[in-house]
Amino acid sequence: MTTLTKQQQDPAAPVRRPKAAKPDRKSFIHRLGDLKVALFFIFPAMIGFVVFYLIPTIRGVYLSFTEYSILGEPTWIGIKNYTAMLGDELFWNAMAVTVQYVGLNIGFQTVIALGLALLMHRVAKSTFIRGALLLPFLVANVIVALLWFWMLDYQLGIVNEVISWMGLPRIAFFGSEQWAIPTIAAVNVWRHMGYTALLIFAGLQSIPNHVYEVASLDGSSPTRTFWSITMPLLRPVMVLVLVVTVIGSFQVFDTVAVTTAGGPINASRVIQMYIYQKAFGESDFGYASALSVILFVILALVAFVQMKFLKGNESDLD
Amino acid sequence: MKKSIGAIAAAAAIAVSLSACGGSAPASTEAKGEINYWLWDANQLPAYQKCADDFTKANPDIKVKITQRGWDDYWTTLTNGFVAGTAPDVFTDHLAKYPEFASKKQLLSLDDAVKNDKLDLDIYNKGLADLWVAEDGKRYGLPKDWDTVAMFYNKKLVKDAGYTEEQLKNLDWNPQDGGSYEKAIAHLTVDKKGKRGDEAGFDKNNVAVYGLGLEDGSAGMGQTQWSFLTATTGWTHTDKNPWGKEFNYDDPKFQETIAWWTGLVEKGYMPKLETTVGTEIQDSFGAGKAAINTSGSWMIGQYTSYKGVETGIAPTPKGPNGKRASMFNGLADSIWAGTKNPAASVKWVEYLASAECQDVVASKGVVFPAITTSSEKAAEAFKAKGTDVSAFTTHVKEGTTFMFPIADKAAKVEGIMKPAMDAVVSGKKPASSLSEANEKVNALFK
Repeated sequence: MTTLTKQQQDPAAPVRRPKAAKPDRKSFIHRLGDLKVALFFIFPAMIGFVVFYLIPTIRGVYLSFTEYSILGEPTWIGIKNYTAMLGDELFWNAMAVTVQYVGLNIGFQTVIALGLALLMHRVAKSTFIRGALLLPFLVANVIVALLWFWMLDYQLGIVNEVISWMGLPRIAFFGSEQWAIPTIAAVNVWRHMGYTALLIFAGLQSIPNHVYEVASLDGSSPTRTFWSITMPLLRPVMVLVLVVTVIGSFQVFDTVAVTTAGGPINASRVIQMYIYQKAFGESDFGYASALSVILFVILALVAFVQMKFLKGNESDLD
Repeated sequence: MKKSIGAIAAAAAIAVSLSACGGSAPASTEAKGEINYWLWDANQLPAYQKCADDFTKANPDIKVKITQRGWDDYWTTLTNGFVAGTAPDVFTDHLAKYPEFASKKQLLSLDDAVKNDKLDLDIYNKGLADLWVAEDGKRYGLPKDWDTVAMFYNKKLVKDAGYTEEQLKNLDWNPQDGGSYEKAIAHLTVDKKGKRGDEAGFDKNNVAVYGLGLEDGSAGMGQTQWSFLTATTGWTHTDKNPWGKEFNYDDPKFQETIAWWTGLVEKGYMPKLETTVGTEIQDSFGAGKAAINTSGSWMIGQYTSYKGVETGIAPTPKGPNGKRASMFNGLADSIWAGTKNPAASVKWVEYLASAECQDVVASKGVVFPAITTSSEKAAEAFKAKGTDVSAFTTHVKEGTTFMFPIADKAAKVEGIMKPAMDAVVSGKKPASSLSEANEKVNALFK
């Protein structure tokens, strides 16, 4: 109950932003002084941004118009890489596979994480349990992938041993075309659901309790309260979570790279895997850069659409 | 603030110019200093460390630092090293990789060394030295070892099936009915109820032991999977070797062989492709789940090390031409064009390619050195360990090897052939679908 009283004393403190700061009447010179200090603090991050993001991005865009094998100099070939992409079956296959993965991954992950967050909020108040939910996220991606790869192995994996004890046919989780993407999606849902739940949980805690009290006074059923109060008030957090997880999900690579490497046939050749294959496997850095630029554009669009239509930057509490 | 930012910038500039100095140091013409050497096979590290120690004893001015990196990281790290200027002076090179390095001017030609130091290239097993002459006519490597392909079999399972090892060593094959090779594979396959693959009532969906193990979809080389079969039909990967410009995956002879091979899956004699993702083929063999595996000589150590499994080695079957066949692959040591120490590097490569070092490698019994006399010593070292490797050496003795297909754009060819072969092996597409893949492959060379 401590959390409850605390929230009552300080309703919605984390959510309600301070009223937009009105322009101060401080002197111009004073503000110029602020600028200097601000620059000083921004500078280190700025170096990192310019060196590790801005310059590589610009160079990547440039390379996407070239033929470049990393050894030797890039040759300018105009939009040839982009026109080649249109007729590249593997590119379209990679897009389809990636979208399938994102759909499965985000769909299950969000629903499960929301459920876990509600449980954390209402039922599991112990810090231990809340912490335990986060554990899978603390294990490195590649290790998670390899652990599941072994556990789900067709011949020697423990999961298939159990399945076969039960008298059921073994399943080639990573080996069959039907199972590869759902399996990879499930592994990543397992790893990320605790972390996503934590983000949503933080959002739940920011919903002021008095709203719920009013709802219960009005005799609202728990289901009704969930759909009419929790979900709408959780929207900004959900949008943030979705934007971040969808972008992350589109970039799935490590799990695929250490398990199926894109196979069987092309069933799990997600776009990042294809980019990696083109660049580091086949030394076609120009084409790989073009693929990356397209992925960048797609992700920017997805994030924009999500922010725009889900109104992620405004809250119903204001 | 400006002052300190300026100071940082100045410091950075100094650092940059310092490292630039390091980068442009003139190449030393004297054979001394430290050489970096890379290899990927951990099993061979002790042998080469011994070579390096001996080398430094004879040439006290030159130190060799050996780095071993696993195959999966080896090539990307190496390529990145070429670009970043951190590549090793000397490294173990592969036939599938060196054509691109050579055409991108990353390798030092060894022609002068061969001429000036009067190296005798006839000491190596026939053909190995010529594999390293690139399309431009220059030599980019000196041979270090070679490998061929054979059948590893589980002695107990073979005996249980009533086969003698002698029979297994004298199998024949043809693409129509598979010959005695398929008969043996069928008979060695056992389902969960104990019925053999060639008996009535065999349940192909519940197989306990497969007659033949499956590694993967094999992609375009098929080195250990089918190349020893296709070669006996007269088929070759490319129009000419080395430096072929046209691949022959649309040849009916090839497709017939592949159809026969993948048909083993349908018959239940070989595991399905989807079951091979994960557990390595050799580990399934070690677990007693396959009676025969076809693999290369570099795997001898692995296959003979499983506890509780007695492994025998038989030569690959004779084909329609009445002969056996095996792909002949050879590794070499190459020098990076960006080395700061070319003289010392050449000296080290010459030492690696000499009988002194290759005899040391031979004595460890892990791989067959390129020099004819050294590989005979290696066979003896294997024998001393209790392994009869004649199944591998017979190809060299009887001249039934064919050269590893060397072509430009090998990575791109594999990029096309891997999914195409996967589709055929998994039974999703017929072998005739490889004609379409072949068109894509050949388009790379136009």
